[in-house]
Amino acid sequence: MPLFLRFYLERERAILGTITVVFFLCFWEGLTRGWWADLLGPVLGSAAARWRISPIFLSSPTAIARTAIRLFSAGEIWNDLRVSGLEFLLGFVLAIAVGIPAGLAAGWYRRFCFAIEPFLSALNATPRVALLPLIIIWVGIGIWSKVLIVFLGAVVPLCLNALAGVRTTDAKLLRVARSFKAAEGRLFLTIILPSAVPFILTGLRLGVGRAMVGVVVGELYAATAGVGFMITVAGASFQTDKVFVGVVIIALAGVLMIEALARLERRFETWRPKVGAAT
Amino acid sequence: MRTEGQTLYAADVTGVSSLGKFYVEHERGLIGTGAVLTFLLAWEAVTRSRLVDPLFLSSPTLIVRAGYELFAEGTIWRDLRVSGTEFVVGYLMAAGVAIPLGLALGWYRRLYFCLGPFIDVLNAVPRVALLPVIIIWFGIGVWSKIVVVFLGAVIPMLINTFSGVKTTEERFLKVARSFGASELKIFWTIVFPGTVPFIFTGLKYAAGRALLGVVVGELYAATAGIGFLITVSGATFQTDKVFVGILIVTTTGVLVVELLDRLERRFEGWRPKVGSAT
Amino acid sequence: MPVKLEAQRICLEYYQPRTGRRLLALDDIDLAIMDGEFVSIVGPSGCGKTTFLNVVDGLLPATSGRILLDGKVVTEPGQDRAMVFQDASLLPWRTVLGNVLYGLECQGIGTRPARQRAQHFIEMVGLQGFEHHYPYELSGGMQQRANLARALVMDPQVLLMDEPFAALDAQTREVMQEELLQIWRQAKKTVLFITHQINEAIYLSDRVIVFTTRPGRVKQSVTIDIERPRKLAVKRDPRFLQLEDFVWNLIEDEVRKTMLADRSSRGSAEVGPPDSGV
Repeated sequence: MPLFLRFYLERERAILGTITVVFFLCFWEGLTRGWWADLLGPVLGSAAARWRISPIFLSSPTAIARTAIRLFSAGEIWNDLRVSGLEFLLGFVLAIAVGIPAGLAAGWYRRFCFAIEPFLSALNATPRVALLPLIIIWVGIGIWSKVLIVFLGAVVPLCLNALAGVRTTDAKLLRVARSFKAAEGRLFLTIILPSAVPFILTGLRLGVGRAMVGVVVGELYAATAGVGFMITVAGASFQTDKVFVGVVIIALAGVLMIEALARLERRFETWRPKVGAAT
Repeated sequence: MRTEGQTLYAADVTGVSSLGKFYVEHERGLIGTGAVLTFLLAWEAVTRSRLVDPLFLSSPTLIVRAGYELFAEGTIWRDLRVSGTEFVVGYLMAAGVAIPLGLALGWYRRLYFCLGPFIDVLNAVPRVALLPVIIIWFGIGVWSKIVVVFLGAVIPMLINTFSGVKTTEERFLKVARSFGASELKIFWTIVFPGTVPFIFTGLKYAAGRALLGVVVGELYAATAGIGFLITVSGATFQTDKVFVGILIVTTTGVLVVELLDRLERRFEGWRPKVGSAT
Repeated sequence: MPVKLEAQRICLEYYQPRTGRRLLALDDIDLAIMDGEFVSIVGPSGCGKTTFLNVVDGLLPATSGRILLDGKVVTEPGQDRAMVFQDASLLPWRTVLGNVLYGLECQGIGTRPARQRAQHFIEMVGLQGFEHHYPYELSGGMQQRANLARALVMDPQVLLMDEPFAALDAQTREVMQEELLQIWRQAKKTVLFITHQINEAIYLSDRVIVFTTRPGRVKQSVTIDIERPRKLAVKRDPRFLQLEDFVWNLIEDEVRKTMLADRSSRGSAEVGPPDSGV
């Protein structure tokens, strides 16, 4: 096999991915810069003008990059980042502190589960952001309304997954522990909790997604600072490039958090056979 | 050997009075109903006693009355129709794109290599963050909401369909190949049936995302719809109407998932029921 | 030799809250096992062998009757008995050493002396060098060695073994049987062994108890008068084959009965309440 072909086949995924992304970005850039209109002009005549789109409407990769640099160097964005980060962190930590213990308890104590089940299902079926107008009435448009919406978003998947984790504990393993006369507390710590860990991690991953939606929507809806607020103000004043900067920041934050969780997951999973992870 | 390990209930229940037996048999429903009733009563009591302003918290009876009035006046039908259209059109468009595309992505490796990065990025962004741009592009009418619904629903459908194809069991593929089945035959007889449950998981999950899209889109900028009703009522302190809107959204979510469950059961008769030991 | 373990008129009845039906799983079982004796129970699948073992271990309460150990009634699991479970009962998140230590931890035995003891038994079952492997990294045979070590380390007087070699391939099973006999000779334990393999039961035991189909009853007790130590070659000895034939004839009827019962009650054969009380 020729050398370059082998080089290609070994890195096919990265190469094809990069090519399409670069192609996409060039196409986008060309739309606002009029490259395609100029190129197609001789062929299509006046219809080629449709391939020229106003940067105000669409923005472009270079415009977004320029705006990002300006925003970060001028420092006006730091306050928004801090506010959004704080809302996310407070809400998510609160959700973990409530959701996981509640879920574990509901899995362990049948009657407790029966009691909270209807509320959990109802909350799970409602997009929690629909509660935003109420939350704004109750706690105002400051950061606490966002903390609350983040909490409500993340607490449900955390709780439901912890519950499912306890429920799906292998009955055989429980029997082993009972046979050794393990005390209730030990049973919980050595059998129930370890088998719930993968579920709890899934809950965390889902929770992160919900929490991000909470921050963004909360700030889009009513806020005085934050990345979502920045996006909505920029959108209302047709600063499309600034909107995209905000979107990119949010995307990066999402990717980083998912990656951090994947790391955490790997640390917990040494005892599990390695299986092909389907994305 | 199904008898193993299950005498926890043994002998002791048989001797109990019929009332006790009734309780044991319906414990789950009884405790659940009790908890919900307690909650509703407490809520009603708190507002009736003026401990908290009903303007602030509303109350179960006020919500029922508001719901009745809204439906009797008939103004709500338009909101329902608008939201319903947005949901259905966006969701169906997403299914129409995501299922074929997901199957193709799973089957053709190179196609996945090309589009993978875009899907990963879209998956990481809460799509609702794109709302301000979508409003610029599509205006505040129905179409902006349809696009948000589409973007919300398309990703989970796509990812689930894709991973369904990817998790096709190697041994079934071997069986088919040893019988000399063509690629197309393998796809429709081995890969696709194995993917169906994944597609349904995606559809169910996407229903939630789509509902979220409708609500957020209408909260943000709209001229009609249930989300619009919620936000307008919120801004004018009509808390009871806000709750009516939320209840409608919740009911829709429950109904859609139930509908999909039914549909799934029709498709999945050959699959053994796995232990939902509630 | 004194009687070590005695089952007196053990009955076990399941109750299904949903249907209100009762189902007799064990019917009036009387059994006495001498100190140091190796006794096997064989029977058609679903005859309640494992259920009986769970009653002896104290995991399931009998509806009536009692279990005596050295003349004292036992009602719950205790250090004097240890169970070797069927496959896949090792805690997957603990290494071999961690699993062997588990029982000792439950009894609150300190880490250092426990470690030495664990090491001793890990070597006895031939797992030295694998102390820090997780169960998924071990073959089926090695997993069952670890399982055996986990029971032996408790230094029980009676070892209860629930089809421990059922999931192993034929060759591994034979090797494990021979090794089990060696360990049994060294450790001088009373063993109650459950299996559905007739030649395994005969090869290992001083006595083979044949159970009837559900409800489980003692059909016959067969004394195996083949001198020890037994080599694997003894399985081809005419006397051995004769015994095998004899026991098979006892079971054959029961197996046929089970098959008939299965056919007539298919679909309604589910037994035991599904709420496993986790």
